[in-house]
Amino acid sequence: MSIFEIIGPVMVGPSSSHTAGACRIGYMGRKLLDEVPHTARLLLHGSFWATGDGHGTQEALAAGLLGFAPDDQRLINALALAKQEGITITFQEIDLGPQAHPNSVKMQLEGLTRSITLIAASIGGGNVLLQEINGLPVAISGTLETLILWHQDTPGFLARITAVLACMQINVASIRTSRVDRGETAITAIEIDTPCPEEVTALFKKITFITRLLVLSPLPGF
Amino acid sequence: MHSQFRTTAQLLELCEKENLSIAEATIRSEVETSSLSREEIEQRMITYYQRMKEAVQRGLEITERSRSGLSGGDSRRVLAHSEGERVSALGATFEKSIAYALAVLETNAAFGRIVATPTAGSAGIAPACLLTWQETRHASDEETARGLFTAAGIGKIIGHGACFSGAQGGCQAEVGSACSMAAAAICELDGGSATEAVNAAALALQNTLGLICDPIGGYVEAPCMMRNGLFGLHAFGAATISLSGVKSIIPFDEVVMALREVGNKMPRMYKETSEGGLANTPTGLLFKNHKGAVK
Repeated sequence: MSIFEIIGPVMVGPSSSHTAGACRIGYMGRKLLDEVPHTARLLLHGSFWATGDGHGTQEALAAGLLGFAPDDQRLINALALAKQEGITITFQEIDLGPQAHPNSVKMQLEGLTRSITLIAASIGGGNVLLQEINGLPVAISGTLETLILWHQDTPGFLARITAVLACMQINVASIRTSRVDRGETAITAIEIDTPCPEEVTALFKKITFITRLLVLSPLPGF
Repeated sequence: MHSQFRTTAQLLELCEKENLSIAEATIRSEVETSSLSREEIEQRMITYYQRMKEAVQRGLEITERSRSGLSGGDSRRVLAHSEGERVSALGATFEKSIAYALAVLETNAAFGRIVATPTAGSAGIAPACLLTWQETRHASDEETARGLFTAAGIGKIIGHGACFSGAQGGCQAEVGSACSMAAAAICELDGGSATEAVNAAALALQNTLGLICDPIGGYVEAPCMMRNGLFGLHAFGAATISLSGVKSIIPFDEVVMALREVGNKMPRMYKETSEGGLANTPTGLLFKNHKGAVK
């Protein structure tokens, strides 16, 4: 645990979980879509829906989708700013089940070339956890540099990836692969301790099994 | 990785072996695990301290009530009282410290910028304590921000052993943690040893056990704001008792175990759900059902 998870984040109030965490979740969504969304359907679960109103949760999610950090003082005007940018954002209640964290959101984001569905939770103190990408379970906190690889589920895949990281002296903090069915699309998320050099992404791009590669930098304030 | 600690037993062993303050031990542990350099870490903490002071300043300028109608203008009232003729027997410093903590929570309620320490709902305590200390001791921002490292060291241990979220552990996890962290910071800034600072943290934390999270109408305003004001003073009291040489009967690490136990056993209605306590009183319910109806 970094000391700046305890002292911090610097954030626009009023709630670390309902405002700052919500903003970070929206920000993660924007980064994962990797383009400007034209439509965002945000389905709010539990306390995010029930008490989000007085905490600016919807404004905060919109601010994140605009790429604002939790300490950006434009946060409170984010819904109007999103409209100006041509982003249609809708909010609805959803029940993600008894296992879901009370502060969870399912985001369906559509850009010009890509759509993505995410489930994330705001787990306290402004910390967040991305739990699902397009139905595949992940556990991405955004506190470290994270490489997200969409790839075909194939033998030896992780060996190739970790070999590249080993050669470049990159320390892996966590690695997780998930898939729906054998041989289908899988997602591997790798948290690393240092910024990812371009040589690594260049080598990864040569691995034909990889259909998409995203480097998610630590979220603002981490 | 020589400077990592998860308990105050480990922290104090480290401090004793290498003759370190808690602040210094905390900086070293962060340098080992962070991608930032020591200078960047120190500068970032100074910046965070300055953001805290800005949040105090902004709050003291607020005259209007918040969206919910639950707060606004109160820190000004207390500050004005500290400058008036009926100053408390404990002195104007005592009153200003309350005003500073309220100010941060007012900034927070007005969608202003604060530093969650450790959470937004408890963000007034560290700034109130440190700014009061800085003004009284005529210290620089750099010196004062050292206290935030002490606070962070204690916070790390609470975070490992228990949690900071009101939804999981009640208000004791938020305000309790914040004033425990601030007590250690004030104690160490005032020349207390690492052992005395940990003792101050233990005294502060054990006297918040059982504190429920019952925000009226679900807003981070009442009783949060006054609780920050009053528990900032609690932190100063704990630091004073420790610096006098009085020891907590229960060691800090065991107080954290108690914090966790009480948090786990606390009914859900007292954990930020606004279904119990003050939120569930006849007046509290008016705010839930008709937001902003009562001024």
